[in-house]
Amino acid sequence: MSPLLEVIGISKQYPGVLANDNISLTVNKGEVVALLGENGAGKSTLVKAVFGLVRPDSGEIRIKGEPIIFGDTNGIIGRGVGMVHQHFQLVPVMTVAENIVLGDEPRRGMLLNMKKARAEVKALSERYGLDVDPEAIVEDLPVGMQQRIEILKALRKEVDLLILDEPTAVLTPQETDELLTVVRALATQGVGVVLITHKLREVMAVADRVVVLRDGKVVGTTSPKESDEEGLAQLMVGRDVVLRVEKGDAHPGKPALTIKGLVVRDDRKLKAVDGVDLEVLSGEIVGVAGVEGNGQRELVEAICGMRHREAGAVLVNGIATEDMHPHSVHLAGISHIPEDREKHGFVSTYNVADNLVLNQFDQEPFARGWIRNADEIEKNAESLVEQFDIRTPSIKTSTGALSGGNKQKVIVARELSQDLHVLVAAQPTRGVDVGSIEFIHNQLVAARDRGAAVLLVSAELDEILSLSDRVAVISRGKIVATLDAKGADRAYIGRLMAGLHD
Amino acid sequence: MSQYLTKRNFVFLGILATFAYFYHKDGDVTTSVVSTAVSFGLPLALAAMVGIMCERTGIVNIGIEGTMLVSAFAAFFVSSLSGSLIIGFIAAVLVGLLAGLLLALMAVSWRMDQIIAGTIINILATGLTSFLFKQGHTLPDAMPEIDIPGLQSIPFFGPVLFMHGPITYFGLIFIIFLWVALFHTAWGLRSRAVGEHPGSADTAGVSVIRLRYLNVGLAGLIGGVTGAFLSLELVGSFERGLTAGKGFTALALMIFGRWNPLGALAAAMFFGVAQAVTNQLMIDQVVNIPQQFVNMLPYVLTILVLAFAAGKVRPPAAEGQPYEKEQA
Repeated sequence: MSPLLEVIGISKQYPGVLANDNISLTVNKGEVVALLGENGAGKSTLVKAVFGLVRPDSGEIRIKGEPIIFGDTNGIIGRGVGMVHQHFQLVPVMTVAENIVLGDEPRRGMLLNMKKARAEVKALSERYGLDVDPEAIVEDLPVGMQQRIEILKALRKEVDLLILDEPTAVLTPQETDELLTVVRALATQGVGVVLITHKLREVMAVADRVVVLRDGKVVGTTSPKESDEEGLAQLMVGRDVVLRVEKGDAHPGKPALTIKGLVVRDDRKLKAVDGVDLEVLSGEIVGVAGVEGNGQRELVEAICGMRHREAGAVLVNGIATEDMHPHSVHLAGISHIPEDREKHGFVSTYNVADNLVLNQFDQEPFARGWIRNADEIEKNAESLVEQFDIRTPSIKTSTGALSGGNKQKVIVARELSQDLHVLVAAQPTRGVDVGSIEFIHNQLVAARDRGAAVLLVSAELDEILSLSDRVAVISRGKIVATLDAKGADRAYIGRLMAGLHD
Repeated sequence: MSQYLTKRNFVFLGILATFAYFYHKDGDVTTSVVSTAVSFGLPLALAAMVGIMCERTGIVNIGIEGTMLVSAFAAFFVSSLSGSLIIGFIAAVLVGLLAGLLLALMAVSWRMDQIIAGTIINILATGLTSFLFKQGHTLPDAMPEIDIPGLQSIPFFGPVLFMHGPITYFGLIFIIFLWVALFHTAWGLRSRAVGEHPGSADTAGVSVIRLRYLNVGLAGLIGGVTGAFLSLELVGSFERGLTAGKGFTALALMIFGRWNPLGALAAAMFFGVAQAVTNQLMIDQVVNIPQQFVNMLPYVLTILVLAFAAGKVRPPAAEGQPYEKEQA
């Protein structure tokens, strides 16, 4: 019998980049293949080619032995290829059953047959052991459950090959484990699964084979038995990577950032931060661990003066900061690496030099009275580009043209080069390549060692655990526990994140 | 039992009791006022359906006013020139469909700002109808009133519901039909999915672009029916600015009715009653207020309704956003 999917020597040249360079790969029935690679390694081009959305320059793709035709996406789906997107494609206000049958609805005459739809969903969920309530409204369900609905949606179409695109990005550790169990169960039932990811732990846990992509090439095909996380990381990046951050002991001093009884509402006017008390000492890193959407964003925005504090106070070195006034908060000594760097981190049409002085352009030495001091701004930029290894054609290049990692380095350079009491870093390495992650991590530790109080918010538990000295777990807007990062138990923190505190 | 003790049911009973009381006081006048209210409320309700069909698939249509105006114009002048009400009606429907497709072209294909696209239709409509307007035309006939045999002799309900022109019947049936279609057919499920989260429909194999074209086009067609109702059935003539803001009031009613056809119908009928009562009060000379204040009434009510209701409602999530296929 021919394999489910055969990719034979696919190449795709885009202007300036060879996105896929002679890639070959097979997926058999009942097999889990992990596609591992950094951002830009060519994973998504390959998947698009499988769905007929990208025409390869050379090579061939076969599904169950039959070559695919470029552009025939619906035909390819009809041959049993399903995809679960990273961003859920669900209608929040509709029920689970409605979402699953959308596009191929059971009917009774002209009308919808919702009774049959619910029965179908029940049968489907029993067959694959994925428990869901067909009548629940999707927006009321936790993310892990929503993903289960996505998988059921794909399975309803009798898929033989299921492609999961970064499926664990938004899950708690427990939900991730559950998903991996499901993936294994699907494979046992004969489904071939392609798992696209850059998380090594998952690959080790679930894959039968691992295909590592780098710069558009397959740089290695291995299995978890023959390799380990360090080895995979090295293949992925092309050099040795230190997965654990090397850092000495913290030498905490006085409280630098004090948060007292903070209450903040989100855009929907719901209480997102519900009475948070937190203290960060100078010379330590406190990591805020939590599933995304549990108030982290609102907490950070309120600290930085970007969102109204309904109650409570934020103090720097014992002095209260002003509500809803980012500029005065900044002057009080809080630096901020924002979560949404494109929106809050820099002005993409400004050049690198201007962005590097974005929050101090009006101060000495970058201004003399009302007049900008171009020489000083350039001198500053030259030295920071050097010091922070920002890869840019010149300091006059507009910042929007840089890669994600270098954009982030511009922000990190600006914030860390200033006289620093408190650093609030929100998702500082999101969407950043592994090399830059390492660099940014080291910079955060260096800031700590210079005596800054660092509040780190991240959706990656591994990042929190390896960087922080103390971990504060946030769940539904409350800090449910604060513990020492040294020797902290992942599973226990995971349970706290999920809101299951004892 | 207790599940029936809802606020909505109390309001409903209250309204019934009020009608019953006035019917008891003066049956003929009450019947005629409510019957007039149906005629006043219907164009608002139908115009609100135009809004619902568009917004449920994520397209904001503020061009309803203009759509109705050009269709009313077409209905009147084509009837007058051809000597046939039916040809005039068909012309109105086609003109409405054209206006809908123009909106779809601008909003769906060209991904224009939908407020601007709607405004273009309104300006175009006002300009065209003013420019082409000619004095001295009349309709070949009055639109016939069709009395449904049997049902028309029911006291109160007969005259209120079963003694109207053909477009009124069509409109009332269409509204119920639209409600069923929107919530109990595959078309409705898909339309709502497109209006809430187009990506989900797209990945499920539903063409967002095609469905938006279909619905906005159909909505335009209903806008054409509404225009024909105004000039052929309700007023029996055409004048500049005939629609008098009904297209905008309808958008308010759509919001008040929470994008639900029956909700919008109820809201429109409430407006119709308010207008009919005011009319009756003036005819009876119970009150003597300048006509301008009476004309203001719908707008004042619109503002009040929106002020009290709007904060709590939740529009379709993808409303106003052009859809661009994400590369999978």
